[in-house]
Amino acid sequence: MYLNSIFTNPERLERLLDIAQSSFLPLLEGAIQYTIPLTLISFTIGLVLATLTALARISTIKILQIVARIYVSIIRGTPLLVQLSILFYGLPTVGITLEPFTAAILGFSLNVGAYASEVIRAAILSIPKGQWEAANTIGMTYSQSLKRIILPQASRVSIPPLSNTFISLVKDTSLASFILVTEMFRRAQEIAAFNYEFLLLYAQAGLLYWIICFLLSLVQGRLENRFDRYVAKT
Amino acid sequence: MIAINNLHKSFGDLEVLKGIDLNVEKGQAVVVIGPSGSGKTTFLRCLNILETPTAGTVAIDGHVADFSKPLSKKKITEFRKQSAMVFQHYNLFPHMTALENVMEGPVTVQKIDKQKARAKAEDLLVKVGLKEKMNEYPFQLSGGQQQRVGIARALALEPKVMLFDEPTSALDPELVGEVLQVMKELALEGMTMVVVTHEMRFAKGVADEVLFMDAGRIIERGTPQEIFDNPKEERTKQFLNLIQKADTI
Repeated sequence: MYLNSIFTNPERLERLLDIAQSSFLPLLEGAIQYTIPLTLISFTIGLVLATLTALARISTIKILQIVARIYVSIIRGTPLLVQLSILFYGLPTVGITLEPFTAAILGFSLNVGAYASEVIRAAILSIPKGQWEAANTIGMTYSQSLKRIILPQASRVSIPPLSNTFISLVKDTSLASFILVTEMFRRAQEIAAFNYEFLLLYAQAGLLYWIICFLLSLVQGRLENRFDRYVAKT
Repeated sequence: MIAINNLHKSFGDLEVLKGIDLNVEKGQAVVVIGPSGSGKTTFLRCLNILETPTAGTVAIDGHVADFSKPLSKKKITEFRKQSAMVFQHYNLFPHMTALENVMEGPVTVQKIDKQKARAKAEDLLVKVGLKEKMNEYPFQLSGGQQQRVGIARALALEPKVMLFDEPTSALDPELVGEVLQVMKELALEGMTMVVVTHEMRFAKGVADEVLFMDAGRIIERGTPQEIFDNPKEERTKQFLNLIQKADTI
């Protein structure tokens, strides 16, 4: 029907092209103003959280292990949409009011922190014990071993799974529309609510998400190459 | 240089070291031989606290570690600096070049100026015959070359004692010689060394003292001549017989 009407009705086609053209910039603006910053900031904070959580999980201090486990369990066991709702709509009840953007950053960071912590934990555990021992015997402390020997190798292992987390995050930021952040998807909703061209606008937003993710996977490839320089090519 | 007193180590119910006493003089090369499972590797690892002994004391150049009570991390790190370890599987840092591997200890641990550390690391790599391979990553090196980097990395810390844990066991036969040669030169230069090895010719040629270990104890000790030509203990004789047989097959 839709395609049919485009081909049989040149005026309709013209209208759609007009809308596509005029909504492109607002959508792109939504991406540049919110989608991309949300992703970058949350991922950075999330990675720090994830590393700390992973270290807590593998530490010998019981209480740290337990706190880390509970954190990961809660975040992975509840929907992101529920977490964002609690942060933005729920917390004001107890007197904590967050800006939409702040609530979104907080929610996404906590989310990335939990998921990526498992990736980082697995990557650290995948480094042979001999590497810790070699670091120990040249006199390194725990933090020196971690920083100089273990994490550089673990980061190579974790690039593919962390890229997954990163790309998921790009798309998850669309959920911030629900807590009034005018990121790309919310822009599409707003424009569509005005002109009723839902299919066109959501498809346009989808295409933009896809382009962003495609560019990111190119970056992933380059990163992998860079980190593979010390690994035998098979 | 090394004074070991009544060293015990258990893994759960399994007692691996049942009281080891040993004194090593400065400049001595001590070779530890024995069947697998005799505890010789565990013994060596205890000297660097890669395994924490259950009881006993180890003193290296006056630094005493008393294992009857738990040691602080700081104390362990300090004690480890007295010795350096060369591993059976090299354990080079794969993300660093040969040169960076050797520089890592001096720069990160000893906080030596990078330029100085580099010059020193280059000298050491030349010494172990790897002048041309300094900027290669471990995966680009043969096993023998990797192990020589391992030795250079250990030497870079200027340890008072070098510990070798079966340094040639993982090597292809034709690469064993180049590693033993470097170790022999070290011994001749007067480095204090404790070497766990299956290389009997190295033991005969280089060791000042040979220890035969079995079932967690030092069964017999003596000069290479005493151990190899005139062993007194039955178990030593059995072990040496088995090795000679394997050599003649």
